[in-house]
Amino acid sequence: MAEYIKKGTWVEIHRIVLAGGQRAPQVPVETQQVPLEMRVKGFLAQRASLGDEVEIVTSAGRRLRGMLTDVNPAYTHNFGSPVPELLMIGREVRTILGETGGGG
Amino acid sequence: MTAVLSYEAILADRDAIMRASVGIDYQHYVTGVLAFDYERLLADTGYDIPRTQAVQSRTGVGNTPLIELHHITSLVRSLAAPGKGARIFVKDEAANPSGSFKDRRASLSVHEAKRRGYEGVVAATSGNYGAAVASQAAKAGMRCIVVQEAFDSQGIAQPEIAEKTRACEAYGAEVIRLSVGPELFYMFLCVLKETGFFNASLYTPYSILGIETLGYELVGQVQEQTGCYPDLVIATHAGGGNVTGTARGLHKAGAIGTKVVAASVDLAGLHMASDRDFNRKSFTTGHTGFSMPFTTWPDRADVPRNAARPLRYIDRFVTVTQGEVFYMTQVLAELEGLERGPAGNTSLAAAFSMAQGLDADQIVVIQETEYTGAGKHPIAQLNLAKQMGVEVRRGDPRENKPGQRIVIPEHPSQIAVLDVDLDHVRSSYVRHALQSTHAEQPLSEIDLDFLAAETRSSRNYVEEIANEWHRTTG
Repeated sequence: MAEYIKKGTWVEIHRIVLAGGQRAPQVPVETQQVPLEMRVKGFLAQRASLGDEVEIVTSAGRRLRGMLTDVNPAYTHNFGSPVPELLMIGREVRTILGETGGGG
Repeated sequence: MTAVLSYEAILADRDAIMRASVGIDYQHYVTGVLAFDYERLLADTGYDIPRTQAVQSRTGVGNTPLIELHHITSLVRSLAAPGKGARIFVKDEAANPSGSFKDRRASLSVHEAKRRGYEGVVAATSGNYGAAVASQAAKAGMRCIVVQEAFDSQGIAQPEIAEKTRACEAYGAEVIRLSVGPELFYMFLCVLKETGFFNASLYTPYSILGIETLGYELVGQVQEQTGCYPDLVIATHAGGGNVTGTARGLHKAGAIGTKVVAASVDLAGLHMASDRDFNRKSFTTGHTGFSMPFTTWPDRADVPRNAARPLRYIDRFVTVTQGEVFYMTQVLAELEGLERGPAGNTSLAAAFSMAQGLDADQIVVIQETEYTGAGKHPIAQLNLAKQMGVEVRRGDPRENKPGQRIVIPEHPSQIAVLDVDLDHVRSSYVRHALQSTHAEQPLSEIDLDFLAAETRSSRNYVEEIANEWHRTTG
């Protein structure tokens, strides 16, 4: 990989903590089959490429090792589209209050 | 780099790690085979209500508004029999610095960690508590690590937890995001051992005593606004801390006759350690996946003795459906102008149902709200549910089936709590307690009295269950 990511860049690493099949005995079978994975963000300790085994310095000042998987990772959680099943509720309850003379 | 210690080695070392990380010698409070001195464990911390209030006010925690929900009360009365339909109030805990009542729990833990000279704090939580600890640690100038169960094996993050990741990172915390599984506890122990940080567990005395101010405050506010004590206080119930701390605060404010109701979202049928079910729950807390195991056996927590002991305080334990909570979340926004997170609205759904059976001059308090935002919202949760193949439709909420079908009520009259049989929960607790003892260790009178206090029953009741248990287990 020619593209290097600079030391000090905010990145995410990934590590397998427990391999599939080596999970705690009490977990259900669908969990038992998959690995326990860890993802942590921090500042890259030395220049590297995606996929490299790297060290990061976390916000708490710890040095952690793992595979470099993301650079300046985005927060992608959102609301999404309005949910039709919720859209009429306000109108419905206001109608009930109107009918019964409520609504304070 | 986290020291690479095997799963077994770390778990074998758990007692020593715990002792070092909470600064409490739990052994000191043991009084029998099962019994321990619960009140002394709490009292020895030295945090009474005035001292807790002093600590909390320094970071702007507490003194949240109590708001009367006039329009929702009107809606209740439109459905109730004449003369029925209690007044409903909500304690707007979203007004705390990080947006939930969890700031109360975090404040004493972080204060104590600082006082004892720890460099940082660690919390194992995927919910609001992580943001609360991170916020308090930021204010105290301490380092903070939050360990979350955050995504499934497909890499899909629960949207509410993704928002908590963002919030914790915004407060400058390191967030360790893990895939699904109870081995999170192993990682948590690894981090505690490596860092020597304080274990800001949800279940230490500090975490419970911090909530007492919530119950205490709300009694004063209800009296100020109505001249009465509340008749019913409803708390969203998961690990038991919310119910325990609130009820203790109510008692300390003299509200002896106030009934305490624990309300959980019914997630029956979903497995909490299942990689498949993880993103089909639509709720990350306040559900039966936590409240059932923690009520029937509190000492499954990440400290040797859980300071949250809900069965000592619950007068009634009810469940509501996912669809009912989403419905009431929308009603709260559109009738009261309060857009709040769904977890706190579990007790709102319960209040809406229960207020219909009370007299019009009685008072019901929903004791918390939480902030809302991207990910942490019914729209985000329902969109994920649809993506995961869960059917979402309007209809009779009795047809709601966790993991398969979320049914949003068609009419508010369909919202109805289901009672959990407390007698069944009590006997389950006693059986778990007996299972935890080593074989052949006879229970002393102190143990029997302890179990009676734990279950708000009698020594005879405990002895009957114990005899039955011994008969069936041979």
